[in-house]
Amino acid sequence: MHELSIAVEAVARIEEALDRRERSGADDGTGRVTGVTLRIGELAGVVPDALRFAFDIATESTRLAGARLEIETVRGLGRCPACGRTEPTGLPPLLWCEPCGTAREVLAGRELEIACVELAGPAVAAGAADGAREPGDPIREANHVPHR
Amino acid sequence: MCRTVDLHQAVLAKNDERAVALRERLAARGTASVNLLSSPGSGKTALLEHLLARCAADGLPAAAVTADLATENDATRLARSGAPVRQILTDGLCHLEAGMLGRHLDGWLPEETAVLFVENVGNLVCPASYDLGETLRVVLASVTEGEDKPLKYPTAFGLANAVVITKTDIAEAVEFDRAAFLRNVRQVNPGVPVLETSARTGEGTAELLELILRCRSGDRPVHRPALAARHEPLLHHRHEDDADAGHDHGHGHDHGGGDGHGRGHRHAPARQGAGAP
Repeated sequence: MHELSIAVEAVARIEEALDRRERSGADDGTGRVTGVTLRIGELAGVVPDALRFAFDIATESTRLAGARLEIETVRGLGRCPACGRTEPTGLPPLLWCEPCGTAREVLAGRELEIACVELAGPAVAAGAADGAREPGDPIREANHVPHR
Repeated sequence: MCRTVDLHQAVLAKNDERAVALRERLAARGTASVNLLSSPGSGKTALLEHLLARCAADGLPAAAVTADLATENDATRLARSGAPVRQILTDGLCHLEAGMLGRHLDGWLPEETAVLFVENVGNLVCPASYDLGETLRVVLASVTEGEDKPLKYPTAFGLANAVVITKTDIAEAVEFDRAAFLRNVRQVNPGVPVLETSARTGEGTAELLELILRCRSGDRPVHRPALAARHEPLLHHRHEDDADAGHDHGHGHDHGGGDGHGRGHRHAPARQGAGAP
């Protein structure tokens, strides 16, 4: 049940991003978060139902309290570098191309990503925002591979 | 009125950052870190006792961190080897995180440590999602657990740099189907080295230690699991946060990058280079 840890992390990352937007003037900080969209690959090892349950707990007493959680599921997709065939990996994933005797490359399905948030209220200043990602932000890839 | 703000952030970005930093820190001092993952009762601690004893016999400085929800029993067992051992009590948390491990190593891990063993919480689900900055992730399964374990826990087995079968001394008695197990491992992690060990006879311990040391010295590349490949980085659609209402979400999340995916990206994690000395 690491979904609670994951929900807590997601809330922390969103609050940080909103704080940065506020500092950059893109937001006035009053907008309530009404929705959050997470993209979760079927190979990420996260159970959507458990995450939904955890999300409600993790958002309590935060700016995200009451926000609607949308989970976009990303199917696993593998490609054999030898024959070039690209197809769903299935679950458990089939990462071995039997005819070619080759490991498949995983093209999608490991996502564990905050896609977007929905804020109530009007925008402060269109175009002023570069707040969610500051220059030099070391983690720009949203696809989560634990390291790896 | 509502507006949508794109974030495109990895949920576990913080853990990944800390893991990258920890990996660099350990690599700089010449310490190979081995993250041991398995279900409870697979024999992590027994294998680790053998590994530490062998390190001691070979004069190789090793240390171990062992994580449990409660009790210091494992640390007590491991300390008999004479190696520095530290118990992390997670207080109910089902996995270790990079920051947690880093804090326990601060000021404790002896400078000359060649191999640091990290015995994760006995659990094949949660720890799989957390990079601990390890050099090698080793996933264990005992012969009593069923040949389909790799398929039931594809994230854990799929991200392993090495798989270890334990308790092989009773394989015959429990009718362990080795071929089926290896087939299932190959399905989720083609090419991963599989070693067979027995803590009762000591079989396989030397081979596992040799694998670790060869990966540490760079004599042998660390196996790179198919599941570990990074997807297409999201840099190409960094169309910054849009403060406008009605943001267009029609942009493509292109993960079909094929040939170039994940490679040559300057934010690639250290892990990517771990196997390429």
